[in-house]
Amino acid sequence: MELRSVSKHYAGVTAVDNVSLKLFAGEIMCLLGENGAGKSTLIKVLTGVEPPTAGQVVVGGQPVHFGSARDARRLGISTVYQEVGTLPLMSVGRNFVLGQEPKKGRWLARRLDLVEANRVAVHEMQELGIRRVVDGNQMVGTLSGGERQALAIARAVHFGARVLVLDEPTAALGVRESGLVLQLLMRVRQKNVAVLLITHNAYHAVAVGDRFVVMRRGQVIAEFSKGTETLPAVIRLMAGGDELSELAGLTGEGQWQVS
Amino acid sequence: MARSETGGLVSAVAVFVFFAITAGGKGFLSQTGTSDWINTSSQLGIVALPVGLLMIAGEFDLSVGAVVGATSIIVAMCHGYYSLSPWVGITIAIVVGAGIGLLNGVITVSTRLPSFVVTLAMMLMVDGASIGVANALTGASSISAIPTGSSRVIFASSWDSFDVSIIWWAALAVLGTYLLEKTQFGNWVSATGGSARAARLAGVPTSRVKIVLFVASSLGAVLVGIIETLSFSNGNVTLGADYVFTAIAAAVIGGVLLSGGYGSMLGTVFGSFTYGIASMGVFFLGWDADLTDLFVGLFLLLAVLANNLLRRMAVGRDAGVPS
Ligand SMILES: Nc1ncnc2c1ncn2[C@@H]1O[C@H](COP(=O)(O)OP(=O)(O)O)[C@@H](O)[C@H]1O
Ligand SMILES: [Mg+2]
Repeated sequence: MELRSVSKHYAGVTAVDNVSLKLFAGEIMCLLGENGAGKSTLIKVLTGVEPPTAGQVVVGGQPVHFGSARDARRLGISTVYQEVGTLPLMSVGRNFVLGQEPKKGRWLARRLDLVEANRVAVHEMQELGIRRVVDGNQMVGTLSGGERQALAIARAVHFGARVLVLDEPTAALGVRESGLVLQLLMRVRQKNVAVLLITHNAYHAVAVGDRFVVMRRGQVIAEFSKGTETLPAVIRLMAGGDELSELAGLTGEGQWQVS
Repeated sequence: MARSETGGLVSAVAVFVFFAITAGGKGFLSQTGTSDWINTSSQLGIVALPVGLLMIAGEFDLSVGAVVGATSIIVAMCHGYYSLSPWVGITIAIVVGAGIGLLNGVITVSTRLPSFVVTLAMMLMVDGASIGVANALTGASSISAIPTGSSRVIFASSWDSFDVSIIWWAALAVLGTYLLEKTQFGNWVSATGGSARAARLAGVPTSRVKIVLFVASSLGAVLVGIIETLSFSNGNVTLGADYVFTAIAAAVIGGVLLSGGYGSMLGTVFGSFTYGIASMGVFFLGWDADLTDLFVGLFLLLAVLANNLLRRMAVGRDAGVPS
């Protein structure tokens, strides 16, 4: 799918200004930028939450108009939100199938197939490398933050996501948990899903990304592929100047070469 | 893992043991005493089950008491005052009750006001309208109505002082449990109360879920209004006043979280038993009936504390419940 010259204005504010973007199956595209750069607004347009002020959203070569996030999801575009994906007081299995519950029986006896729900949930999470979750009856609230992200991602992939959008999935996570989520994204990539990872953490981005887009003040200021830019350069681009990298003392290049 | 109804079971057993010891010699343990507390529990229980479901979906209904009163006056007026078949009043009461529930639901989901406020306003309006209509048409707000025929059998019969309301209650508890635990709708109820936003993102029609449950909670109140009016052979606007908070208390004592998202029908049954046992125990002790509230209040407080503890055990320290 792609965005063609998309802009989004809010009363007085240009949140996204003439941005074009292409996503490919089996690739992780990283959307980078500081807070307020317009990343969240761009994905709202991409996922049908908000219509663009100008420009087109194109899926499979056809321009589309999403009336809602549900329209986008029907075309296989799923979003995983950082805080609001899962329900802590429900089981892993029940969370996993929510909204798409498997059923058994007929007529009045038509009911939830909880055995199947638990089986699918555990199987899909194991498949994405979450080994610690073995019981679908486990409460989601007892999972770690990374495992909860994994549940949300596994669910989206299982229910047919072709494009998976993640807005700051690692923002609230510690180092190990972030690693878990990033590893999982690489597994999702292997399933031939197009992944759009939004982050302001350049380290996380270069660890998994295939292609990178850097936004600032609503505009794309740089686009590059894996291995063509150094990490300090990426950080400099995001900050829009040399101040941050000087502060961090990241002036030497070479040892930060992205591979 | 501790189940949500454990606290309700403990409460019910604790009040029972207390009154078995203190009031056992005064008739509490006799057959009449036993049927009294089970009958009382069943009437509250029928209201509390759908109220509990609604609370699991994250909403309150304070208008149930007013709906019991409105039902009572409608049934008694049609049957006792206008001498129509009891089924006329019953049908009108069901339609009116469903309408009130529908209004509660539609107003709550469309205005996004707290249902606490919406249903409080509804309670006042329904109470006022019931008294007004009854006085205008009959000149009284308490009307006698002696049940006859099939309506008597279905709503007002009893065996050895055990009322038919117990059967209604048991059937509704089984139905409610099935709905909540075994169906897609039940999954949606828990999700809606756990986080309406997360549920909507997963494609759950949360507004429809809530509206259906508001209607159900009103219909539970209608059923109890019919049962009480025909069993007492008297219709009264103030009949359901007690249910406003006791139904919520029964659900909470039974482990339903005030914040929604978690709870069970079996727990709500135990919560209703707690209330029924306490109120009849106090009666057999010869104490003032108001002392019932002392016990119910105490168990409510303990239940809220225990629920919070259980939830923390179940979901871990850091798991906040998003709204
Ligand atoms: N609903 C809105 N109304 C008005 N301004 C908005 C709205 N949403 C975002 N903005 C503005 O658009 C700009 C980009 O915001 P956002 O897309 O959230 O950035 P990012 O996700 O990169 O931090 C900011 O200046 C923000 O204040
Ligand atoms: Mg953002």
